[in-house]
Amino acid sequence: MIGLDVVYILAGFMFAATAWINFRDRANPKRWKSTLFWGFYAVTFMFGSWLPPFVTGCMAIVMAFTAGLGGLGKHSAPEPDADTRRGYAERFGNRLFIPALMIPVVTFAGTVAFKYLGVGGKLLVAPGNATLVSLCIAVLLALAVALPMLRQTLAAPFTESRRLLNAVGPVAALPQLLAALGALFAAAGVGSVISDLVGRFIPVDNGFAVVVAYGIGMALFTMVMGNAFAAFPVMTAGIGLPLIVHLHHGNPAILGAVGMLTGYCGTLMTPMAANFNAVPAALLELPDPNGVIKVQVPTGLALFVVNIALMYVLVFRF
Amino acid sequence: MSPLLTLVGVAIVIAGFALRANPLLVVTVAGLATGLAGSMDPVAVVTEFGRAFTENRYVALVWLTLPVIGILERNGLRERAQALVAKVKGATTGRVLIAYLALRQLTAAMGLNSLGGHAQMVRPLIAPMAEAAAETRFGKLSDRTRYLIRAHAAAADNIGVFFGEDIFLAMGSVLLIKGVLEHDGIDLTPMQIAIWSIPTALAVFVIHVLRLVRLDRKLRREGGA
Repeated sequence: MIGLDVVYILAGFMFAATAWINFRDRANPKRWKSTLFWGFYAVTFMFGSWLPPFVTGCMAIVMAFTAGLGGLGKHSAPEPDADTRRGYAERFGNRLFIPALMIPVVTFAGTVAFKYLGVGGKLLVAPGNATLVSLCIAVLLALAVALPMLRQTLAAPFTESRRLLNAVGPVAALPQLLAALGALFAAAGVGSVISDLVGRFIPVDNGFAVVVAYGIGMALFTMVMGNAFAAFPVMTAGIGLPLIVHLHHGNPAILGAVGMLTGYCGTLMTPMAANFNAVPAALLELPDPNGVIKVQVPTGLALFVVNIALMYVLVFRF
Repeated sequence: MSPLLTLVGVAIVIAGFALRANPLLVVTVAGLATGLAGSMDPVAVVTEFGRAFTENRYVALVWLTLPVIGILERNGLRERAQALVAKVKGATTGRVLIAYLALRQLTAAMGLNSLGGHAQMVRPLIAPMAEAAAETRFGKLSDRTRYLIRAHAAAADNIGVFFGEDIFLAMGSVLLIKGVLEHDGIDLTPMQIAIWSIPTALAVFVIHVLRLVRLDRKLRREGGA
């Protein structure tokens, strides 16, 4: 059975290559910090499944402080100028799209295929891992096509991922740190404290007030946790089910579906949802880390109002 | 001990982001403070931090696409995507993004979440196309406009996938809703839940299309400046 460990080791190699190339980049006065950050990241990927969690925790904390205090410095990576790239674009034409589109297509095909591929009655890849294993296979196949087609050396995947990882910067590891924060929030019971607080201020016999409180609770708690999946069980068990469904006889399917989507409005508007907001801002090299959020806020707020209205109109009617 | 003390992490997060402190630092300090305020011992706090950090490595696997994207970009992928859009008559930034929003929302509703994403689609293809559509009309764009268009490209991806995926029956979110309700003794099929995601999905599409139409109007008014 193929697990995720193989995939993690591969990703670890990529981070290790970034650490190594950054180490040799003498133009960067902070190259030691940069090497430490990406090197530790590589170790947590390659050996994370076997290292004691306490050790990984220490490494993650060191990474955060290394990046947080003074940054990782400026990296130098020679890049062909726009005219050269336009020349390549003419030469290779639409063939350039083939490896790019192979990634989603092969990932999808693999995800479907792994539902059936098995050895001796056991699935080759556990269903939960099928997409991630397929993504890894898709990348390897895309490289197998792209490298000969574009006459690139075997070093190119490493120098290029290093260039882009440096462009993204330490934010690359932020989604995992946020997940760790979420785990500690859960362990300390932050969710129930918040739902108690919200619950204390609602006039419970007013159906509209209860719907608004649940909606605000979902959106706000999602913004704090960066993840509607963390907010949903807490808010629904704390406010939604007892007040909307049991007290006011609302429809639980509508409560659940619209409630979750109200949480998503919060996801659009919070820096805590790093992989949707801060990461693309870094990836698109926006100077403002909140650039994506700012564009999403009007849609998020408008949809929040629509969701509250939908919930109120539908939940007591069906 | 007051239960309110456990909210110290939330306070640190809000203050940290408001002061624009480094997010990695803010999140780590908030996590450690929350654990300690919840009267866990320090070793247990760091252990839990490390366990969750390791368990969630999968969110970083999207970076595996970077070698392919980097090589293609170096060899003119973005320029090719731009040339392609420049040839389409009537292509505007708003229309390119509306088409992508529709595609992303529809494919997500069919469970095809992997056909998209910021590293795989937005940076190499969608953002350059949206920029090129404006460039063909207005000439060279100011940095401010360019960044605005890129941010809109990322937003279209997020909004499409968020409000499409809940229509798909086997999606994690639908199953989570089912699980939470089941825990309360309410037994529903995924179908009964997913169907109520459709009104919101339609509403967000209308809202966001209107915003993209307005973006086009703004670009026309400012002529790329």
